[in-house]
Amino acid sequence: MQGGFFATDFGILILTLLKSLALIVPLLIGVAYLTYAERKILAAVQLRRGPNVVGPFGLWQPFADAIKMLFKETIIPDGANRFLFLIAPIITFGLAIIAWAVIPVNDHWAIASINVGLLYLFAISSLGVYGVIIAGWASNSKFAFLGAMRSAAQMVSYEVSIGLVILSVLVCTGSLNLNQIVLAQRTIWFAIPLLPMLVVFFISGLAETNRAPFDLPEGESEIVAGFFVEYSAMSFALFFLGEYANMILMSGMTTILFLGGWLSPIPFAPFTWVPGPIWFILKVVLCLFVFLWVRATLPRFRYDQLMQLGWKVFLPFSLAWLVITASALEIFGWLPHA
Amino acid sequence: MIADIAFYVFAAILLISACMVITARNSVHSVLFLILAFINAAALFVLAGAEFLAMVLVIVYVGAVAVLFLFVVMMLDVDFAALREGFQRYAPLGLTIGFILMVEVGLTVIDWSVASGAHFVRLAPMPAHLSNTAALGDLIYTHYMFAFELVALLLLIAMVGAIVLTHTDRRGPRRQNIETQHERRIDETLTMVTIEFGSGAKRISAQSGKEIG
Repeated sequence: MQGGFFATDFGILILTLLKSLALIVPLLIGVAYLTYAERKILAAVQLRRGPNVVGPFGLWQPFADAIKMLFKETIIPDGANRFLFLIAPIITFGLAIIAWAVIPVNDHWAIASINVGLLYLFAISSLGVYGVIIAGWASNSKFAFLGAMRSAAQMVSYEVSIGLVILSVLVCTGSLNLNQIVLAQRTIWFAIPLLPMLVVFFISGLAETNRAPFDLPEGESEIVAGFFVEYSAMSFALFFLGEYANMILMSGMTTILFLGGWLSPIPFAPFTWVPGPIWFILKVVLCLFVFLWVRATLPRFRYDQLMQLGWKVFLPFSLAWLVITASALEIFGWLPHA
Repeated sequence: MIADIAFYVFAAILLISACMVITARNSVHSVLFLILAFINAAALFVLAGAEFLAMVLVIVYVGAVAVLFLFVVMMLDVDFAALREGFQRYAPLGLTIGFILMVEVGLTVIDWSVASGAHFVRLAPMPAHLSNTAALGDLIYTHYMFAFELVALLLLIAMVGAIVLTHTDRRGPRRQNIETQHERRIDETLTMVTIEFGSGAKRISAQSGKEIG
C-alpha cells in the first residue's frame, strides 16, 4: 500500500471506506447476534429454552426479526415533530457506530488512531443522551417525555464518574491514544491495580446504556416503554439495536481501558500465537455476558436510589481513588512522561 | 483538497445553524441548532489541528451544558404567540443596541495593535515535539499554574454559592437511610411466638418477645 492509488486523496477516501465496512459489517452481525444471545442467556437463567424454532438452535431468529421489523408500518403519532421523531433513532444508532472509528482491535488496527482517542470516546458517549431526549420530546407524549427526562438526568450523572475513571486510567498511561493505553498494559492489566475503578466504570456503563438494573428510562411498569413508547417498525428497531450497539461499545471500552485490549491474558507461546482481534472479541464477549447476567439477576433500581448511588457513592469514591492513584504514582515515581 | 471541501461544508453548516438559532420559532429547535453549531465548530477545530479543544468543546458544551439547557427549555411552557406580540414595539430598541455594539466592535478592530512579543508566538503556534494536549497541559499546569488554580477556585466558590442559595432543608417524605437498613438484624425486628390455639394473637414487644396487652 506504499504510494500509488491509495496515497492520493481519493484513494485514502476509498481505503477509509473499505476499512469502515470491514469494521461495521462484523459489528452489525455482532449486534444481531447479541439480541439472540440475550434471549438465549435469559432463557437459560430462567430455565426456559429461548428461541429455537427458526433455523438450527434458533440461529436465524435475528434475521427473522429484522425482516418482520422491515415490513411493519412506521406510525408517526399525530402532533409529533416528524423530522426530529425520525432522526432521533438514527442519532442513537449512528453514535453507537461512529465511536468504533478509534477503537483498536489489534496493534494499530484502528480506522483513526488519533491523539485524543479517549476524549473522542467520552465525547461520543456524552452525545448519546440526545437521541433519547429528542425522541422523548418529538413524540409529543407524556410517557415518552418522562422517560427522556429520567434518561437525561441519569446519563449526565453517571458521566461524571465515568470521566473520573477515565482520568485515573489516563494518569497511569500518560496518553489519550487508545493504542498507547493498551500497550501500557503489557506488564499488568489495569483491571488489577485499578479494580475498584473497573467496578465503578462497569456499573456506570450499565447506567449510561440504560440497561437493567438502571433501565428506568424505559421502566415498563410505570411509564410503559419510556422514550420509545411511540416508535414502531424500523424506527423502533434502530433504538433497540442502538442499545445493543452501545452495550458492545461499552464492553469494548472496558476491554481497552482495563482488560488489556488485544493483548493475550497469558503472555507465553501458545497463547500469544492467537491473533489479537480474537482475544479482543473474547474479552468483549465476556463483558457482554456480564451485562446480560446482571439483567437476569437484579431487580430495577428505584429512581432516588439510582441518583444516590451516582452522586453520593460513585462520585466521592472515584474522586478519592483518582487522588490515591495519582499520589501512589508520584510517590513511587511511576508517573509516565509523555 | 478534501480538507478544503470539508472546511467549507462545516463552515457553511455552522453559519446557517447559527442564524437558525436566533430565527427559529420554536425554542427547542433553537437549542438543537445551537448544538449543531457547536459540533461544526468542533469539526473546524479538528481541521485547524486543535483536536483537544474540539473534544473539550463537544464534551463540555454539547455533552453537559446544552443537555441541561435543552432539559430546561423543553420543560418551559412557552406561548409563542405572546412572544411575537411585542416584536414591533421592541424592534427599534433592539436594533439600536445591536448597531451600537457593531460600531464598538468596528472601532476596536480599527484601533487594534498587536503586542510587540506576540509576533514570535504566532510564528510557532504549536511545538513540534509535543502533542496538542501535552502542549496545552504544559502551558496551563507549568507556566500559568497559579492563574489557573485561581480560576478553578473562583469557579468552586461560584458552585458552592449556587448550592447554598438553592439548598433548603426539606422535611417532606421520609428519607431512605441505606446504612441503618443494612445494620438491622433479624433478632431486632422478628420474634417467633407460639400462639395457643383459640386465644388469638396479642401485641408483642419486639425487644423482649413478651406480651404487652
